[in-house]
Amino acid sequence: MNQLLFISPILFPLLGVLINATLGKRMSEKAIGWLASLLVVASFGVSLILFAQLGGAPEDERLTWGAISLGIPWIQAGALSVPFGFLIDPLSATMMLVVTGVGALIHIYSIGYMHGDPRFARFFVYLNLFVASMLVLVMADSFLLMFVGWELVGLCSYLLIGFWFTNIKNAEAGRKAFVVNRIGDVAFILGILLTFVTFGALTFADVFAGVARRGESVQAAVAAITLLLFIGATGKSAQIPLHVWLPDAMAGPTPVSALIHAATMVTAGIYMMARTHVMFEAAPSTQAVVALVGALTALVAGYTALTQFDIKRVLAYSTISQLGFMVAAAGLGAYVAGMFHLVTHAFFKALLFLAAGSVIHAMEHHGHHHHPADPQDMRNMGGLRAKLPLTFVVFLIGGLALAGVPPLAGFFSKDEIVLDALKHNLPVFVLLTISAIFTAFYVGRQLVMVFFGQPRSDMARHAQESPAIMTAPLVVLAALTVLGGALNLPGVGALGYWLSPAVGEFKTHPLDVGLAGLFTLIALGGLAAGWLVYRHAFTTPDLTDPLSRLGPLYALSKNAWYLDALYQAVVVKGFYTLSSFLASVLDLGGIDGIVNGVGRLARGVAGWLGRAQAGFVRAYGVLMLIGVVALVTYFLIVGANAR
Amino acid sequence: MDTAMPYVLLSAILFALGVMGVLIRRNALMIFMSIELMLNSANLALVAFARQWGQLDGQMFVFFIMTVAAAEVAVGLALIVTIFRARRSTNVDDLAQLKG
Repeated sequence: MNQLLFISPILFPLLGVLINATLGKRMSEKAIGWLASLLVVASFGVSLILFAQLGGAPEDERLTWGAISLGIPWIQAGALSVPFGFLIDPLSATMMLVVTGVGALIHIYSIGYMHGDPRFARFFVYLNLFVASMLVLVMADSFLLMFVGWELVGLCSYLLIGFWFTNIKNAEAGRKAFVVNRIGDVAFILGILLTFVTFGALTFADVFAGVARRGESVQAAVAAITLLLFIGATGKSAQIPLHVWLPDAMAGPTPVSALIHAATMVTAGIYMMARTHVMFEAAPSTQAVVALVGALTALVAGYTALTQFDIKRVLAYSTISQLGFMVAAAGLGAYVAGMFHLVTHAFFKALLFLAAGSVIHAMEHHGHHHHPADPQDMRNMGGLRAKLPLTFVVFLIGGLALAGVPPLAGFFSKDEIVLDALKHNLPVFVLLTISAIFTAFYVGRQLVMVFFGQPRSDMARHAQESPAIMTAPLVVLAALTVLGGALNLPGVGALGYWLSPAVGEFKTHPLDVGLAGLFTLIALGGLAAGWLVYRHAFTTPDLTDPLSRLGPLYALSKNAWYLDALYQAVVVKGFYTLSSFLASVLDLGGIDGIVNGVGRLARGVAGWLGRAQAGFVRAYGVLMLIGVVALVTYFLIVGANAR
Repeated sequence: MDTAMPYVLLSAILFALGVMGVLIRRNALMIFMSIELMLNSANLALVAFARQWGQLDGQMFVFFIMTVAAAEVAVGLALIVTIFRARRSTNVDDLAQLKG
């Protein structure tokens, strides 16, 4: 009974999958949407209960309190023995709340956003499946079960990016995400295999005990394992060089971008590193790589976001950049700071995406019939502050939190990461600081382009505020964004002490006034700069970006560092060249040549031998006679010799 | 001179005649009869040898051959009759449909 309660957060959304997948076609939109949403709400409720129960357990028992073995030997093969079990500890309980809480809000929002879509039921099936898969990922007690969840969320991501697959571009974006993620996943599973080879176990508890017990003797192996796991994380959490799929993933419906590609799935890499922090801490070389890659990603993606025009693409690059902050934190060993930023980012980035969805919804539904322009292009927006007052306010809150304006959630979590960077790794600190400047600038730019000035298209002129079912989740998320900083205030550190049994020692520190002041200045300065540059930049949609005066620097940002072009030229082209070589030369020429050659040989020989079969019985008779005479002669000679 | 020699000589001559018949004749019936001739020449040789060596094995073989030959005649004649009915001819050179 207890076990059923523990895994029911997974079972609720699975029930939704079952019902909506089988009966969805015969149910009304309302029934489908509310069923799916309420099941996730139920999942959130159970997660809250479990969270409270876990909080009631003594602190030194919290790591083992929620270890649930279902008593089913999952895989039993030779030396490999993996039990089927889940783990609810402070870390996974926190993730469960984020996944089900933000997930429930986004489900409710989707009821309004997806209204009228011909595949309404399918959307909620995928969404519920995603929540269940993500919970498997965070609740897994072994590498293998985590990998199952890891792959399942990847599948859901693929299905939802290409949800509107009738447009080939969306289907291609889904495929790109799938393929790029597989590269990371190969490394991830190699890391898991190496873990098994080294430690002979795959459950987290056993492996970590092995790391602690064997210490120095497995250092090289642990370094290799963590590096492989980190490559897996770069795929899922969109770090360079595997981040290229996330901007394209914006092809999916906006609630999907909010749930999967901002709040939850893309943070799986950070969660995984926090979960396996014992191993990462035993591999300082990997940690250095992780910190550097995270900081570089923050910078590269932040720089790219400066010049994008698509409202969702800006947010996508922003997400990559913020994930870079979290990964850098993990690399610095500041797992609490990383997780704190993960949680606050889930709030404010889900808020931003849903608000952007509200903007797109408003643009699309009032005027696209007589206006073919792109409803996601910020150049076509402008002046929406008056048309969408509520959306404007929540977008503003989310934007300010992203820029790091105190006292919003993003300020505190970002501050903790940069403080750790300043203490331990100066290059990372510099990269993150520059990235923070970019962040504030593109937030200012986006706010100005979308909400200020005059409407620049018919769509913007006729935009109307979204229905209450969409704005209510926005308000809740906005409240969380305002209050989220309280989770881990400097000098108090509730989240830190809560997580510390799972992610290692934590000690809160008072607010570093100088650093906080610097980053407040950066945030306000960046916002102001964005405001000043773009205030009068676009009076009509067809003007050029003021930053284009920077020439190659602008082009570098606009084209996302030319990475897509590079991958296209090297990887994709190379792949096609190799395939066509294999197809035309090796397969058609070689393999088919052998097969056809055998056929031709048989036919040729048959044609030649066939001439002997003239059909004349007497000719056969002569041949037979000759044969018999020859044989008899032969045997007579052999016989004579034998005697 | 062995007592069997004249018989064996006769047998050889008959056998050669049979072979010639099979190879030269075009009428299926004649070919058939030539084959019978070859079979019986072999019978003659077997009987002659059996007598010379005083063993019954050879004579026993003859009975087998006669039995098989009888069966063969039954099948063979039936075939020839059927072919004749179908094609109005027993010329083996006309029956060349199975050529490769």
